[in-house]
Amino acid sequence: MVCDACKQQQATVHLTEIVNDEMTELHLCEACANQKGAQVESHFGLSDLLGGLAEVGKTQEPEEEVAAKACPSCGMTYEDFRKVGRLGCAECYTTFKRNLATLLKRIHGSPHHLGKSPGRLVKPPKAKLELTELKKRLERAIEMEEFEEAAHLRDQIRELEHQDRTKKKSGE
Amino acid sequence: MAKELDDLLKQTSEWLRGVGPVSEIVMSSRLRLARNFDKLPFATRSTKVSQAEVLRIAKEGILQAPSMGTPLIFEMAELDEVDRLFLVERHLISREHASRPDHRAVAIGKGEVISIMINEEDHLRVQVMQSGLNLHEAWTLIDTLDDELSEAVPFAYSTDWGYLTCCLTNTGTGLRASVMVHLPALVITKQINKVLHAITKLGLTARGLYGEGTEASGNFFQISNQVSLGRTEEELVENIERILKQVIGHEQSAREGLLAHNRVQLEDRIWRAYGILRHAQTMSSNETLDLLSALRLGVDLGIMTNGSAPGRTPLDRSTVNELLIFSQPAHLQKVEGAKLSAQERDTKRAALIRQRLGVRD
Ligand SMILES: [Zn+2]
Ligand SMILES: [Zn+2]
Repeated sequence: MVCDACKQQQATVHLTEIVNDEMTELHLCEACANQKGAQVESHFGLSDLLGGLAEVGKTQEPEEEVAAKACPSCGMTYEDFRKVGRLGCAECYTTFKRNLATLLKRIHGSPHHLGKSPGRLVKPPKAKLELTELKKRLERAIEMEEFEEAAHLRDQIRELEHQDRTKKKSGE
Repeated sequence: MAKELDDLLKQTSEWLRGVGPVSEIVMSSRLRLARNFDKLPFATRSTKVSQAEVLRIAKEGILQAPSMGTPLIFEMAELDEVDRLFLVERHLISREHASRPDHRAVAIGKGEVISIMINEEDHLRVQVMQSGLNLHEAWTLIDTLDDELSEAVPFAYSTDWGYLTCCLTNTGTGLRASVMVHLPALVITKQINKVLHAITKLGLTARGLYGEGTEASGNFFQISNQVSLGRTEEELVENIERILKQVIGHEQSAREGLLAHNRVQLEDRIWRAYGILRHAQTMSSNETLDLLSALRLGVDLGIMTNGSAPGRTPLDRSTVNELLIFSQPAHLQKVEGAKLSAQERDTKRAALIRQRLGVRD
């Protein structure tokens, strides 16, 4: 495979990028990847394109209103965010909530946090994935041709369904 | 301050010891968490005052965290360029952290297993690094440390979206798992692109390890997760580990194939690399990486150990690992105690390798 940028060297760096609704793959040689600079090192491609990606996070609100909306805490506008691809403070997440929800879903495939929460001395019971959520993920995995992942999900779903059935049989 | 940093030069980082699961293929496993303190602006909107406040709070929390023991804390602005690069080469800080030192710091735990960057893109970038494929153990360590740190000051967090980070690619768990693998047989047998391509299809990224400058330095790859939201930390770790095991399987069968069908050529390649490393008088950074990669393969396949001359201590993995780090520019200059030009470095590098491989000048 040759490098997408210079079309000469062998591509050894492979990035998956999401721009305007489309998932694309970028294959670069070391030299061209290195030209993208230290950014690639810490973000592995995705965030470089967040500026462009912010275009995707559109809602029904009029364009100018969205762009001019400013975070009351740090003063960052959505327009600023679009340019730098980084947020200004925790409050920004509330200010631009609707736009960010779309973006987060697009980047991560799901907009819901299932991981740990801070400050727990006693760990809360682990968030169990709902069957419906798993099925949604399975659909997405098939859509994206992530077959290995799909197989893994299918097993999880079967197991959950099996547990449900045995529970019902034992009259719980 | 710099004296303590010089002490690091004398010790071997835990992750370089070349032990741990599948360490014949996996160099290191690293987890990092991105965390921000609540009520303080992120890096993009920070001021000198807010950065100083982050630094103060972070240090306080770190000194109270039992997992940190007695950490070394370095303020970036107090270190010169070579010292900062030295920390980059040891994988303790990012290149980005070294490039803009103001109000930035790093805290380093015992054995260099834990390091915490302060005021990088996020207020805290907490990292745990282990030798071999060891993500689960790394998760246990970093999970505990994270709990300890969050007791001091609340982190920016929402129940919907989890930990709030400067960049949306880290939102949620703030977790990135990176595993550094050595895949020479997949490169030799020209299967590497196919394998790396498959990895990107599965939501992971793979990139080559850079040498000095811009030229390629083959055979070492870093594989990481892209997604940080919508899954538990355990799921993320499990997912990358599951995929890595397959990559490892491919590398293993490629190695077996080479031994079965091209043993003479393979041994020749490895012994030639050894010959050059033992006798060369000047050595570029990239050539070093290529030759050390061959040497490591020799050690991992038992070729080097079996072939060692009687009376000489057989080469081991940690010697090769250490050479990979010590042959880098800042390490060479720290050992020498002086700034060196690129040409001088090439000479010193060759000398250091000859010496470590047990040959007197
Ligand atoms: Zn190129
Ligand atoms: Zn804000």
